[in-house]
Amino acid sequence: MPSYIKLPAYEIIKRIKAQELMAEDYIASLYERIKKVEKDIRAYITLTEDLALKKAREIDKKVKKREKTGRLCGVGIAIKDNICTRGIRTTCASHMLENFVPPYDATVISRIKDEDGVIMGKANMDEFAMGSSTEFSYFGPTHNPWDLERVPGGSSGGSAAAVASGMATLALGSDTGGSIRCPASFCSVVGLKPTYGLVSRFGLIAYANSLEQIGPITKDVRDCALLLSCIASHDPLDNTSVDRPQEDYTKYLIDDIDGMKLGVVKEFFGEGTQDYVEKGVLEAVTNLEELGTDHQEISLKNLQYALPSYYIIAMSEASSNLARYDGLRYGYRIPNKSYDWSTVYSKDRRFGFGFEVKRRIILGTFALSAGYYEEYYLKAQKIRTLIKRDFDIAFKKFDVLIGPTMPILPFKIGEKVQDPLEMYMCDVDSVPANLAGIPSISIPCGFSKGLPIGLQIMAPPFREDLLLRVAFSFQKNFPVSAKLRSYE
Amino acid sequence: MSKIKSVEIKIGLEVHCQLTNLKTKLFCSCSSDYREKEPNTLICPICMGMPGTLPVLNEKALEDAIMVAIALNSKISERMLFFRKNYFYPDMPKNFQISQYDKAGGVPLALGGYIQINGKRVRIRRIQLEEDPGKLSYEGTIESSTYTLVDYNRAGISLIEIVTEPDMETPKEARLFLEKLRSILEHLGVSNGSLEGSMRCDANISLRGGKRVEVKNISSFKEVERALNFEITRQKNLIERGIAVGQETRHWDEVRRITISLRTKEEEQDYRYFPEPDLVPVIISKDQIKKIEQSMPELPDERRKRFVEQYHLSPQTAEILTRSKAMADFFEESAKLYDKPREISNWLTGEFLSYLHDKGIEIDELTLSPKHLVDMLKLIDEGIISRKMARSVLQDMLLTGKMPDAIVKEKGLEKILDREYVRKIVEKIFKENPQAVKDAIVDKKAINYLMGQLMKATEGKIDPKMAGEVIRERLSKLSKFATS
Amino acid sequence: MVERKKAISKEQIESIAWLARIEISKKELELFSRQLNDILFYFSKIDEVNTKSIPPSYHVLDLVNVLRKDEVKPSLSEDISQIAPQTKGKFVKAPRMA
Ligand SMILES: [Zn+2]
Repeated sequence: MPSYIKLPAYEIIKRIKAQELMAEDYIASLYERIKKVEKDIRAYITLTEDLALKKAREIDKKVKKREKTGRLCGVGIAIKDNICTRGIRTTCASHMLENFVPPYDATVISRIKDEDGVIMGKANMDEFAMGSSTEFSYFGPTHNPWDLERVPGGSSGGSAAAVASGMATLALGSDTGGSIRCPASFCSVVGLKPTYGLVSRFGLIAYANSLEQIGPITKDVRDCALLLSCIASHDPLDNTSVDRPQEDYTKYLIDDIDGMKLGVVKEFFGEGTQDYVEKGVLEAVTNLEELGTDHQEISLKNLQYALPSYYIIAMSEASSNLARYDGLRYGYRIPNKSYDWSTVYSKDRRFGFGFEVKRRIILGTFALSAGYYEEYYLKAQKIRTLIKRDFDIAFKKFDVLIGPTMPILPFKIGEKVQDPLEMYMCDVDSVPANLAGIPSISIPCGFSKGLPIGLQIMAPPFREDLLLRVAFSFQKNFPVSAKLRSYE
Repeated sequence: MSKIKSVEIKIGLEVHCQLTNLKTKLFCSCSSDYREKEPNTLICPICMGMPGTLPVLNEKALEDAIMVAIALNSKISERMLFFRKNYFYPDMPKNFQISQYDKAGGVPLALGGYIQINGKRVRIRRIQLEEDPGKLSYEGTIESSTYTLVDYNRAGISLIEIVTEPDMETPKEARLFLEKLRSILEHLGVSNGSLEGSMRCDANISLRGGKRVEVKNISSFKEVERALNFEITRQKNLIERGIAVGQETRHWDEVRRITISLRTKEEEQDYRYFPEPDLVPVIISKDQIKKIEQSMPELPDERRKRFVEQYHLSPQTAEILTRSKAMADFFEESAKLYDKPREISNWLTGEFLSYLHDKGIEIDELTLSPKHLVDMLKLIDEGIISRKMARSVLQDMLLTGKMPDAIVKEKGLEKILDREYVRKIVEKIFKENPQAVKDAIVDKKAINYLMGQLMKATEGKIDPKMAGEVIRERLSKLSKFATS
Repeated sequence: MVERKKAISKEQIESIAWLARIEISKKELELFSRQLNDILFYFSKIDEVNTKSIPPSYHVLDLVNVLRKDEVKPSLSEDISQIAPQTKGKFVKAPRMA
């Protein structure tokens, strides 16, 4: 097996640009790898090998002719299947959109194409991004490369598993309540949820609009900074996209965090946090202290209400966002029967959606319905204000806040599918960043029982620079090394 | 009709007006010129509600809506929000409508305001911006069709919704309100009311002692009076028979001209309004309002006052003329061509209006230009045709669009101006009616018979003044001869 | 058993499911009824927070007035029959209304 499937993107790009490596050979080797391991991991819903190789050859030609090449020159990227790709089916891991081929690209896809990135395929996920384990996919679950019996986390489980197992060098995920960071943590890769408004949502199939962002899932922090630099830009097609100057985030990869103040969030070590996780994260805190940082515990009192508030908001918005799937204009439609429109809609949606999606739509519909709006949706949005205020206060005192990404180690496939509430509880540490709209990164910080642990770092809005600096310093000085048992 | 008026009636309207002068839809850049286009050819991922797409507000739609709010004396919100109105229907691409709301923290474009009709104020409750759904059609009727055809070209067209207080007391007032509203919108240049489906409304009616009934699907305001009259009669009949009028939503069936009750299943109205997360709030500054206000064209009320001052019209006439922008424009253009405003206004508010009313059309739907009218008036003033003849010329012009002089020539309607020719005819009549001539010599009143004979012989093409002169001339010659 | 607040009845679930246009089977109704009540019970935790004078955060950003020019851009070039599952001519074919 060629060694470069393990290389980070910036190494690959360097070699392709220097003509030391043919993009075509490298991409072909990724598909070789896919042929070998995908049957066990199932990270992809759709593979686009022909397109990818064609694009790789074009890039090789450009390089040879010394034409200008993009910042992602030839690098293979897995795209979460809720990000629209023109001409490539985009299923959202749902029966409803099994054959949906968007006639448009998401803005991030245009950005990646402009930068000469190569799309490997569309990555598996929980249906409509509703889940924390990638088990709720119409196409079946993805398996954790570190332990095939366990979940890779979710909902961007396919993206994280692809990067972790060398089936893609980079990946895009989306994070509504932890969907990038959770699988990054479970698969021992880097995942960043940008500040709300930093990356365009145009073309991201909405689950909960006011919470979600597209972000990078990568092998290391440097790759994360590189991919973020490529996708973060103002987009006039997205009202909530912030118009600020484009940044090269790789310039924040500085191995110096001397004197930085870290707040260790007390609520992130609450009941339900496994000892292994707590131990791993606190060790990382000690490591960071060695690099000259100061840390203190801090309590954000309203975080205890974050999880229910998050779910109320997300389900409510989802119930409205997913109303469009009625089988009329696109998507799944039951075979021709003589029912009236309402019955046809109800059946299209009964058979087109999976259980978890239906549960959330029904709950969300309930939370918005007459007489319940104030009690649920409005109240949750008010608590959101309180949580935001808690963070504002904390960031007056600390540069960044830290805690575990996930309260638990990756769990067994099937372990939690019967109990939705237990599954929701997994998101307890990741949803606060979405509610507050702040950036948050998960980086590998160790293993316990052979399973990955992720460290979560949060910063004030648009301070991705701080996240990257802390994450980079940690990774440089305390690299987590473990070998993928199954795939070396 | 008179019986209806004796009961206390309250009518409120919810009017949906398309902003027809915009080039694009409300939230996407598809062309808004959807009429007579092939179905589903003016659609894009955004207005089709395809996954992952996001709306962006049309700047000009906002300006147009602000202009309307100013014209209707409404209070424009400093910070307005869009809300989602959630309900399923096949004409709705997203199964929610991006609209506005005045409850649950919602702030629509404008609140309050009024329109003056016949010296009475009809209060406006709110004005909001929203998107139009697509269009459904059926093979046969909605009840019998085994499938439905959907065209989404209209989906996403900019609408302003204007909701009134229940301040109107007769169907006629409702019509006058809508006419005035249309005139205002047309004066502002934001909407062309003559385009099919560009102004639609729902009406709510309550009779004293009855519950509020909503009548939906009134597709043009010509239908409003009809629908309201039907509904009032229906409710009155119920009351007279001692049956209580229940609160319900009814459909106006334009073909059968009746209102029908909607099935309760479709009536469920839990719209689950909540703020549209994909659209940020819109701040409307005092400066912006001022700027728009300063650029606003003349409105019907101002124009009415100007007509009185500038053209010395009666306030009533000015009011009638400015009820429709097309009519007012026709008047002014005519007056520009021929400085006889009162004469012009008489023709417009008389012959023209009753013709338009009979046909149920607007003046700009005629193939007739102000020059037609003016040329005709000139023919009268030059004595070429009589006022009476002009009426028939006008009917011809209205039907054929031909110029008046052409009609006059074609039909040989010119007045007989040749006095010698008239003398010859008079001589002939005198010979044929010796007794009448004798009578006329003795009795001045008997002259009328001879006049009648002359008119008959010339098919009325003779000027009565000249006719009298020639007859009297001839009589006096005869009487001189007799007495001398 | 402690009586739980905010329980959602089966009838309510059925009418909500209708409002959301999702047909549910008897079996699903049983399952959802149990699960949704568990979840709603958990959600009731937010009742303890006093939010009386707190404004909601519908938007986490302070962005306002994002508008576009009234300029026409090309509509979809694809024919509707390439997109919609059922069409008739240029129309999207929907089920009967009544
Ligand atoms: Zn469009």
